[in-house]
Amino acid sequence: MLWAKIKRSPHAHARILSINLDKALALPGVKAIVTGADFPDVPPEKAQIGAAPHNLRDLSRNCIARGKVLYEGHAVAAVAAVSPAVAAEALDLIEVEYEVLPHVMDVEAAMAPDAPVLHDDIFTAGIEPRPTKPSNVSKVVRFTKGDVEAGFRDADVIIERRYTTKPVHQGYIEPHACLVSVAPDGQTTIWSSSQGQFMVRAYTARMVGADIANIRAIPAEIGGGFGGKTIIYLEPLAYMLSKKSGRPVKIVMSREEVFRATGPTSGAVVEVKLGAKKDGRITAAKTVLKYQAGAFPGSPVQQGCICSLAPYDIPNAETTGYDVLCNRPKVAAYRAPGAPIGSFAVESCIDELARELGINPLELRRLNGARDGTKAAHGPTWNNIGYLRTIEEAMAHPHYRTPLGPNQGRGIACGFWHNAGGESSAAVHVNEDGTVTVTEGHPDIGGSRASMAMMVAEVLGVPFENVRPVVGDTTAIGFSASTGGSRVTFAGGMAVTQAAQKVVEELKKRAAITWDISPDAVEWKDGKAYPAGANAGSFEPLDLATIANRSARTGGPISAEVQINAQGQGPGFTTHLCDVEVDRETGAVKILRYTAIQDVGRAIHPSYVEGQMQGGVAQGIGWALNEEYIYDQDGRLENPGFLDYRVPVASDMPMIDTVMVEVPNPRHPFGARGVGEVPIVPPMAAVANAIADATGVRLRDLPMSPPRLLAALDGEPMRQAAE
Amino acid sequence: MPHVVISGQAARRFTGGVSEFDVEANNFRRLVLELERRYPGLGHRVEEGMAVAINGEIYQDAYLAAFEPDSEIYLIPKIGGG
Repeated sequence: MLWAKIKRSPHAHARILSINLDKALALPGVKAIVTGADFPDVPPEKAQIGAAPHNLRDLSRNCIARGKVLYEGHAVAAVAAVSPAVAAEALDLIEVEYEVLPHVMDVEAAMAPDAPVLHDDIFTAGIEPRPTKPSNVSKVVRFTKGDVEAGFRDADVIIERRYTTKPVHQGYIEPHACLVSVAPDGQTTIWSSSQGQFMVRAYTARMVGADIANIRAIPAEIGGGFGGKTIIYLEPLAYMLSKKSGRPVKIVMSREEVFRATGPTSGAVVEVKLGAKKDGRITAAKTVLKYQAGAFPGSPVQQGCICSLAPYDIPNAETTGYDVLCNRPKVAAYRAPGAPIGSFAVESCIDELARELGINPLELRRLNGARDGTKAAHGPTWNNIGYLRTIEEAMAHPHYRTPLGPNQGRGIACGFWHNAGGESSAAVHVNEDGTVTVTEGHPDIGGSRASMAMMVAEVLGVPFENVRPVVGDTTAIGFSASTGGSRVTFAGGMAVTQAAQKVVEELKKRAAITWDISPDAVEWKDGKAYPAGANAGSFEPLDLATIANRSARTGGPISAEVQINAQGQGPGFTTHLCDVEVDRETGAVKILRYTAIQDVGRAIHPSYVEGQMQGGVAQGIGWALNEEYIYDQDGRLENPGFLDYRVPVASDMPMIDTVMVEVPNPRHPFGARGVGEVPIVPPMAAVANAIADATGVRLRDLPMSPPRLLAALDGEPMRQAAE
Repeated sequence: MPHVVISGQAARRFTGGVSEFDVEANNFRRLVLELERRYPGLGHRVEEGMAVAINGEIYQDAYLAAFEPDSEIYLIPKIGGG
């Protein structure tokens, strides 16, 4: 096996004039080197790969630069050698000549008419007539409902505010890593940590020009993903190095590489204007969201536009989003992509409106909250949603009535996420001793295997412990879309349930053969076959183990496989309560108490659902208080490590209390709806609103770190973090 | 005849600004084909980039998603996730 390392750009924006590999190739122990020239150039007309979310041309150029580097850390070459040390030494021998170009880091600077343009073939989509000049604004989206100007004319109170957020990383503990072996006949095996082995297979095949059938992608156990592993960075490089060298090649990113070269979510500027009657009825909302996309198009601004207004029944609304290129790593999905950013702004502004009106913030949300029959700002009418129940549970919770002390404050914020369905495959095999193996196609990033086993056990009527769930590789199970969108327990759960139901039908058939009666005369109950009534005959019940043990006599092994495209996922709504205490001398914020109340559908595995809720809150608190990228004037990242990019640790956190509101999703056999993403939506605003409650000072820029809060408390202008 | 609304501005460049249509169709596939027939390019755009919300319930990449003449039908951006 060889070890590979990646040569990365030291510049935020530069033209690659030449790459000289001679000295590196001459180093003993170096077995192969690749650059962008070793990869097929994806023409624009082949960039879209079906319904996949990523543009293949961009994805390929993000994995390894061609012609230009677009951010510090952009890969320009990769070396495979006999050891990590030799590979690292070889990197220093690769000579790259650059023409440094002006760079742009921030969203509004990148939108300016005189900004350096990253791509001369990107013209703003979504505006007519089509622009004739290339732009860093890759797309404009707009959603409207009613007559927003009339809504503002009808308002007694109008407030207009501007909020900013910084890019934040998913912070998964395990860096990206892969091992790729390409045999001389092209048969390829990929072992990698990702949120989708089928995604890894498809993207790698297309980027290197291989047939999908020749690639077996084996999902390694994952050390955290949170959306950041729904994309690939390393596998195509390792593939080409393995193909060139004839040896398996392993690449493991360092933490520094993770920060410099993998996608965070967007930093953004969000403007919010709300109008309301004196009684609290919101008459109009207008939002403008400007999201950083990084070096290639694809920020989650569209979902930011939709999700931030989704919890409310607003008769007149207009929301506009801008997807903006800048010289940062291409953004990647991060838990409810786009929603937390817009919601930080809207939920903060709702709080400001409540204070302006003198109305309790939770009551204002209840008054304007979406309910069954409400038409959302983006169009559809809500059904079977539990949003108001989360507010009512918050009002009734002891947390809500607990007195606060000096310098303490309470914040409230709500959130929405669509959740998702999609393609899933599952197989249920009854083993000869009556135990059961269930194979699914989704990497488990949040405990979903346990839920799969529980659903299968429930249908079969056997102990949970007798069911072993396995995540299959791409040759072991049918295609399954990636783990993401809070889809697995919903969609995968549908698939395993249907497979188990088919197995039950087969078990009834086998019992019928044994008893020599009609299958219609057999019922399955509590893990056993019974004659269905006196007319069926009198037989001792047959349990699963007995039927399985005799399966050769009744027709052979018992199993079932199901492939579905699951539809009808129920949306997720949530309400959060947060208490903080502010140290006025240091600007430090301590989270005293936190309660997350969420419509979870039916909680299949309650403690894992609670874990998802708590995890989302923990990440949101980090986003709120500390996390930010700090770049120098040349666009070089200054804090690419967990010492300087501060994620919250256990000692920063209180016990995060959870309340699971169960409004079953009628489209799922057990009522499940996605739970993993919506809990990260409210925390930033909940913390900001709590700080405002504690201090009377409103922070509208994230992170609300001690220096920034201290400056605000001292009445100084807000300091912007260095870029 | 079902009334279809395209949420946002996805249709504008194909239709000259029209975003609501009465369409003789009873499932998503037939809707896509009819939109493509009326406005070349729009059906493809809808199929590749949009999901359909039928009476508030979201269907994605589902040709056979069925609706009635009085169904509420919104075409909304496809949903990804993290």
